[in-house]
Amino acid sequence: MVQKLVRFLDERSGTAPFVKKALRYVFPDHWSFLLGEVALYAFVVLVATGIYLTFFFDPSVAKQVVYHGEYVPLQGQEMTPAYRSVVDISFSVKAGLLLRQTHHWAANVFVAAIVLHLLRMFFTGAFRKPRDLTYYIGLVMLTLALLEGYVGYSMVDDLLSGMGLAIGYGVALSVPFFGANLAALVWGAPFPGDPSFWGRMYITHVFLLPIAIGTLIAVHLALVALRHHTQFRRPRASERRVVGMPALPAQAPRSLGLFFGVVAVLFLLGGLVQINPVWLWGPYHVASATNAAQPDWYLGWLIGALRLVPHFDWTIGDYTVVANPFWGGVAFPGLVFGILFLWPWLERRLTGDTGFHNLLDRPRDAPNRTAFGMALLTWVFVIFIAGSADRVDVLFGIDYTAQIWVYRVLIWVLPAVVFFVTRRVCRELLAGEQVAVARAREQGSVPSRPEVGLQGAPGGQGAGSFGDGDRLPET
Amino acid sequence: MARLRDWLVAAAVLLVGRRRPPATPPVARRIVPAGAPDRRAETAVVVLLLAVAACAIGFIVVYALDRVPHQTQFLGLAIGLAFAALAAASILIGKRLVAEEELEEDYPGQGDEDAQRDVAQIVEESGSRFTRKRLLMLAGGGAAGALGLALITPAVSLGPVFDMDPFYETPWRRGRRLVDGNGRPYRASDIQEDIFYTAFPEGADPESVAAPLIVVRLDPAQLRLPSERTNWAPGGILAYSKICTHAGCAIALYRSPLFPPVEPKPAFVCPCHYSTFDPASGGTVLFGPAGRALPQLPLEVDAGGGLRAAGNFSGPIGPSWWGVRMKDAR
Repeated sequence: MVQKLVRFLDERSGTAPFVKKALRYVFPDHWSFLLGEVALYAFVVLVATGIYLTFFFDPSVAKQVVYHGEYVPLQGQEMTPAYRSVVDISFSVKAGLLLRQTHHWAANVFVAAIVLHLLRMFFTGAFRKPRDLTYYIGLVMLTLALLEGYVGYSMVDDLLSGMGLAIGYGVALSVPFFGANLAALVWGAPFPGDPSFWGRMYITHVFLLPIAIGTLIAVHLALVALRHHTQFRRPRASERRVVGMPALPAQAPRSLGLFFGVVAVLFLLGGLVQINPVWLWGPYHVASATNAAQPDWYLGWLIGALRLVPHFDWTIGDYTVVANPFWGGVAFPGLVFGILFLWPWLERRLTGDTGFHNLLDRPRDAPNRTAFGMALLTWVFVIFIAGSADRVDVLFGIDYTAQIWVYRVLIWVLPAVVFFVTRRVCRELLAGEQVAVARAREQGSVPSRPEVGLQGAPGGQGAGSFGDGDRLPET
Repeated sequence: MARLRDWLVAAAVLLVGRRRPPATPPVARRIVPAGAPDRRAETAVVVLLLAVAACAIGFIVVYALDRVPHQTQFLGLAIGLAFAALAAASILIGKRLVAEEELEEDYPGQGDEDAQRDVAQIVEESGSRFTRKRLLMLAGGGAAGALGLALITPAVSLGPVFDMDPFYETPWRRGRRLVDGNGRPYRASDIQEDIFYTAFPEGADPESVAAPLIVVRLDPAQLRLPSERTNWAPGGILAYSKICTHAGCAIALYRSPLFPPVEPKPAFVCPCHYSTFDPASGGTVLFGPAGRALPQLPLEVDAGGGLRAAGNFSGPIGPSWWGVRMKDAR
């Protein structure tokens, strides 16, 4: 049966040799290698649930309609068809709320998985040649995912959407020299914009960005497969040989299990844990706002940044060079992504290490990189936390103004402290291992864990370098 | 006859041949290593798969029933548990029912230098008949640039990209009545201290960003308005644009302490990034990120006691942009 099917396909495609190789493709095994897979599976759920939602969602806002649906508190209220259709998906479409909430949860998990995946890549040096291109594509996907999430909750036209769009518009206006022109172009008119803007968001959210992300996922995975996975140091694993489980039979059921597990968690969240209750926020009006509705977690870093900047616009005479939201809304994320994009090149420059790397560093193996990464992460994270200062004020009564002043200092002090502490810890860990190896050699015994002390192997490194491991010679 | 006999023999051979069990080529060596069966794990997988089926059917049943309390929760639980059981079954198969093997493979090389050289050579030699390469490149670049520009030109239709006038326009004019959300005109006597009111221009689109006002009454003795605005606040009633000059949210919080020790003075607060404005001194920024004072609207009280605009805002409303300080509100 299997043989017949394989023959049928191979006689018509000639792919059996390729499939044979693919089935025995070697996957090095480590839990942290699964983070990217989680993101992929969340994307699959997003597409599936998203297609369902498009059958019910109406993106138009041109005229107001009066609500006569199932949700009593909104009875008789004027709203746009966009908002009404989302309330209807939540209350009138059977299983609609489940799929809408699953979609929203999947978006949150999608971005979270990408960010964790990125951290793993950074701190293990997986972005180095020959995988820097894969890393850049991943970063592009992260920016697209953030935009996709923002547009997704913005086109609903509830109060949270409108506030988010107002801020997006304010940030667009703040761009030096052409910000207002840009905003007029994108929104079609001064805020709240031309009704066609909602159609533009819709096609962007359900077509342009998903196609772009899907295509980049394909390229990303193709590059991963072509250059093979990285691996941690372990017996028999080297820069030239990859050691792991074959796709079939060992890896496939585990991967499928992870996929089903991700789907299970997302459905359970979608069914049991409320997210973005749009009926509570009500329809958006330009004159309304609330601090009870908070956007998805992945925008928190931008909110924090927008809030922390002191009150000034940079002007020359009557000309406003840089309006305030630019710093938190454009310069800050631009700088963070700029550093992430530049890092592989920067690290090559700083270390002079331009070699190929298939073996991963442990974070301690590259104290400077790890310290820098931790400092950058701390910077972003403290700003992210600062974005919740208002909630802390409301929940715990800690004065908002005082908190902001503390954060304005902390965002500069903490990263510096973290940098030096992390570097010290990494160096101490390495030194400790070298002592253990030396002692073991003296006693003539081999270290019990073979990977311990391997960075002392030929081609090794001194503490303080960016772990260059046993790199392959340049050819 | 001979031909018939041949046919019969051939048919017989075919038939007999068909009846024979298909000749399986002897397995030279296994590719996937053998392992001992694990009947307990197999049973567990079967049970899990049955659980998947049960949960899936449960999902269909909950879906089919009308007026189930907590339908969303039960639907999510059913389909979620179905997938959870499926995940457990898959992982069990992976851990207990298939071969645990560790393979080794060579990493792909670092690129094929011969092929790289050949590719470059093919490209270079393809253009070897050109004599004025630089000129051609320049012309090509010019063509590509102009064509690219031409192709993105239609994007200008998306919005009024060069028309900055709408950014200065507001519906407020001298004599225009202030009305509430239902269109009912405000009277000066409606405006109480310690409360803020949202007002709109009578007969104008309330969803225009320049329309909404935030109106409060302060003790006239507390006011420290700029000298040219001394008569903008009849009876201590002040009106400002409700749109925050930071990022364009509606200012929906009015800090008007009922307990004097807590905060010294009333202030408008935007709930998005907590820009804080001082209504007593003409909307200046007290705290938070806003880089511009809140535009103030001069007020007057008509003969019937109604609140009306006495002119346009003190400046363009909304978030700052490059030209926001260059012209007055119109």
